[in-house]
Amino acid sequence: MQEIKRKYVIPGDKIIEGNFRPLMNVMKTGNSVVATRIGIAEAGRDGIKVIPLSGVYIPRVNDIVIGKITDHSSLSWEVDINSCFSAHLPAQDIFGRDFSPARDDMNRQLATGDLITARIVAFDRTRDPMLTVQDKDLGKIPRGELLKISATRVPRLIGKRGSMIQTIEQATQTRIMIGQNGIIVVTGKRLDGIQLAIRAIKMVEEEAHMSNLTQRIKTLLNVSDGSQTDIQVNQLPENQKDSNLKVEESESEMEIGQ
Amino acid sequence: MTQTRNLIDEKGIRTDGRTGDELRKIKIEVGVVKNADGSAYIEFGNNKIIVAVYGPREVHPKHMALPDRCVLRCRYHMSPFSTDTRKNPAPSRREVEISKVIREALEPALMLEDYPRAAIDVFVEVLQADGGSRCAGITAASVALADAGINMRDIVTACAAGKVDERIVLDINDTEDKEGGADMPVAYLPHLNQITLLQLDGSLSSEQFNECLDKALNGCKSIYEIQRLALMKKYFGSESEEIREEQ
Repeated sequence: MQEIKRKYVIPGDKIIEGNFRPLMNVMKTGNSVVATRIGIAEAGRDGIKVIPLSGVYIPRVNDIVIGKITDHSSLSWEVDINSCFSAHLPAQDIFGRDFSPARDDMNRQLATGDLITARIVAFDRTRDPMLTVQDKDLGKIPRGELLKISATRVPRLIGKRGSMIQTIEQATQTRIMIGQNGIIVVTGKRLDGIQLAIRAIKMVEEEAHMSNLTQRIKTLLNVSDGSQTDIQVNQLPENQKDSNLKVEESESEMEIGQ
Repeated sequence: MTQTRNLIDEKGIRTDGRTGDELRKIKIEVGVVKNADGSAYIEFGNNKIIVAVYGPREVHPKHMALPDRCVLRCRYHMSPFSTDTRKNPAPSRREVEISKVIREALEPALMLEDYPRAAIDVFVEVLQADGGSRCAGITAASVALADAGINMRDIVTACAAGKVDERIVLDINDTEDKEGGADMPVAYLPHLNQITLLQLDGSLSSEQFNECLDKALNGCKSIYEIQRLALMKKYFGSESEEIREEQ
């Protein structure tokens, strides 16, 4: 397949002419492929797609999301996943197959207002998304700072193979959980580290489409390292620093779930 | 519509100093309402309009939801201070009608079937009105919808043309609308070459109608370039044509 240069498009723009497969955020009109959203058009081996730069979160099967319990019926919890569809988490997912609405108290496991990390197991045009917490690193989130970014910025925040998020985690000594729906939970031992991580995340969101972002994030983290008490991060003994890094690397790979 | 004075002088200059084929000054800014999913501010001559788009989001009341596609809801509203005499903020007959025509002008451009059981809300708030506010509203609304990241077949662009002193002119202003012979707002999909709104207030012969439509479509094409530039500026800055993404 002929390779095309990546280009910026708005809805209605013709990306390429010819018999190409439309993949994502594009449509075929006659012999050409046309963009349907603002973003960066890319042509790969398998077809043409537009990486969107704006928009709300639309659930996809196998996405890892962070959601808030808003209510429960006798058989399932209702979860707000920052989308136009509210998700459902079946009670059997937590209580097991012998769940009995009469015997088991759902509020004891997950109460209204609790935050959970979950995976979308089923979603289509006719049904609301169905969640599961039966996987490694899924389930209730006990503590952390919550923030929201646009779901279209999530891949940028994670970076290539988790590079961006690892940079932030290491520099601020925090653990950052990212849901594909744009909800983020930052945990850490130190308040200033958490605040710095939040600033870095917000910067990624605002400047996601600009070049040299990784470098600018590094500058932000370094500058703040000098001015704030984070100086101690740099003063950690070498061996301690290394052990921290290893733990965080392995954790962040698991939680990203891209 | 009785004409009391000449609206075009002997040199062909109109009341606001424009020639027959000239648009008013247009400025579009994208992303002005932080709380909205997409927004735009347009200055179309003396018209000043803010448009905010929310969605796709959950439909309330729930019975309004459609099983196979998204509900598009539009609200065109003129602020009490948008005209020289205070305008009652309650929705008037005219506003209800314009809300409907704006919705119908935008609907063909949107891929509503991509978001079943959801709703998209478009709020068009006129801060200052000077004739042609529905066209300016549609123009800004489609930019705001694109800003909201909603799948669209094309950008909708709108412009009016009309008859003043028996001459067909582009982009009718308030005085020309009130005192002129005809006003014809047109909304248009430039890539698909389709018309999504065509209204006509006044009377035109068939030749005049064709000339008027051609003028309006040409106006739409010029406005499209401004819309495009505004979106590109917001998302890609000044270096719109080259890519320097690291991702």
